[in-house]
Amino acid sequence: MSTVVGLLLRRVGISVLTLLLVSAVVFLITSLLPGDPAQEMLGQAATPEVVEALREKLGLNQPAHLRYLNWLLSLLSGDPGVSLANNMPVAELVADRLPRSLMLAGITTVVAVPFALSVGITAAMYHGRRADSIISTAVMFVVAVPEFLVATVAVLVFAVELGWLSAVSYAPQNPTLPQFLATYALPVLTLSLVLVGQMARMTRAALIEQLLQPYIEMAVLKGASPARVILRHALPNAVGPIANAVALSLSYLMGGVVIIEVIFNYPGIASLMVDSVTNRDFPLLQACAMLFCTGYLILVLMADTAAILSNPKLRK
Amino acid sequence: MKKLYARLGIAGSAGLVLAVLWLLIGTLGPILTPYGPGEIVDYEVFLPMSAEHPLGTDYLGRSVLSRIMDGARFTVGIAFAAALLATLLGTGLGLFSAVSGKAMDESISRLMDALLSIPNKIFALVMIAAFGSSVPLLLLITGITYTPGVYRIARALAVNINQLDYIQVARARGEGRIYLALFEVLPNMIHPMLTDFGLRFVYVVLLLSSLSFLGLGVQPPNADLGSLVRENMSGLWEGAPAIMAPAAAIASLTIGVNLFIDSLRGRH
Repeated sequence: MSTVVGLLLRRVGISVLTLLLVSAVVFLITSLLPGDPAQEMLGQAATPEVVEALREKLGLNQPAHLRYLNWLLSLLSGDPGVSLANNMPVAELVADRLPRSLMLAGITTVVAVPFALSVGITAAMYHGRRADSIISTAVMFVVAVPEFLVATVAVLVFAVELGWLSAVSYAPQNPTLPQFLATYALPVLTLSLVLVGQMARMTRAALIEQLLQPYIEMAVLKGASPARVILRHALPNAVGPIANAVALSLSYLMGGVVIIEVIFNYPGIASLMVDSVTNRDFPLLQACAMLFCTGYLILVLMADTAAILSNPKLRK
Repeated sequence: MKKLYARLGIAGSAGLVLAVLWLLIGTLGPILTPYGPGEIVDYEVFLPMSAEHPLGTDYLGRSVLSRIMDGARFTVGIAFAAALLATLLGTGLGLFSAVSGKAMDESISRLMDALLSIPNKIFALVMIAAFGSSVPLLLLITGITYTPGVYRIARALAVNINQLDYIQVARARGEGRIYLALFEVLPNMIHPMLTDFGLRFVYVVLLLSSLSFLGLGVQPPNADLGSLVRENMSGLWEGAPAIMAPAAAIASLTIGVNLFIDSLRGRH
């Protein structure tokens, strides 16, 4: 067991170091700006004294590495500064939006994972036959087009043609069940579609890799039915790779949610980030970017953990 | 021709035709447009398809067909150049890493791993916020976004090839590192890197049109295919071809290239 713990600890350490490097990259890109942010905020009419005072206040007079350290420390202490666009604390803005995004991601996960697993396992069971090629082609079509296209088509079908759902997400404070469904149906549907595509593809690949192993040939030769070969023999051995695939595909949510929140006007962290890009609101942008990177790294870490835990060679 | 068809199969050939078609539209489109892309050709907005306006009119009464043919050059052009940039940078760095000493290899790999753990869209958004989104900048930003992905593949390939016998022989012959990298290792990497280039092209098309859809990509008066979907969103309620046509254009481009590459990979 100690090798596993050692490996996991090492893996966590690497993640923390990577996150540190990522924070340096994000800070470097956002502070390499041409021009003076203080001057830009105050406009041309500001006197040099006022600009200088603001530079002092924002800490722009310090050398870059000190500013990075200050920024990192304030980020870690949970106070990433004040938004330039509306003078509100970034922490407050984020705290308001983050639960909504997590909610969206959570519901999508609950909907998408079981569906993706059944699709992927079905495709693998009919590996190389017509059902598999139909599923694989459908999956390829969904994965190969941009999310906003899937969303547009979903709106066209479900909101315009069938008139079942509203195209704009608006969550009231205490939604009733129909309101809740109307808010989440379309964003969750489109996010799930793309996610199912990714996940089913990887699940299929993980399972098929098992199917090429000699012990499967043995099971087939002894006369086990195809369903039994897959469910009883291959699946238990593929649990690790599949868990790995699921976590990796979930990390895709970090990018997909950006498009979906904007299209459906969903008030989450991703639409906050897009606003911060439009307004060049850097404290907010940095905080959002770091949140997304942290979420992404956590999911990749979970994927690796699943791979390590499911490797029987490491269980000594 | 027949041989090519036999090699690619139906899906692969259809993909190749679509890819070539879009390359042609991307290069020749602006010359062949029936109307100017900014010209208002009808007072009626969101017209359906007709002989006069094959794909209808957009939200200002402009010809949708002309705007797609003009917009394709941004989508195809930027994506092609950015994928090329990513492939050249990534392959160059990967090769350099593979033939360099351990310290250099480690430090480049760690940095690239860190960049890889920033989701593509987030990375592109941060760079756009910092540097802006003119066409040359979009090219650079999307290119740099996909460089770490190329690097990872190129380095893995180069490291593997570098351990083969014929490289040992060349090394024993006294060849220098640069000669080994460029004339012994690189030629054997070209095939997989070309396939990878095709995939990167699709990724950049997806990223770029998503950015333009958010209003952060190609800026007016220019419009790529993603901007065309964005600016005609109000036509969604009428199911106007002004929004369906550019969407279908993006889909046929990305699916076409994907089908072609899949059929190539299936053979190897």
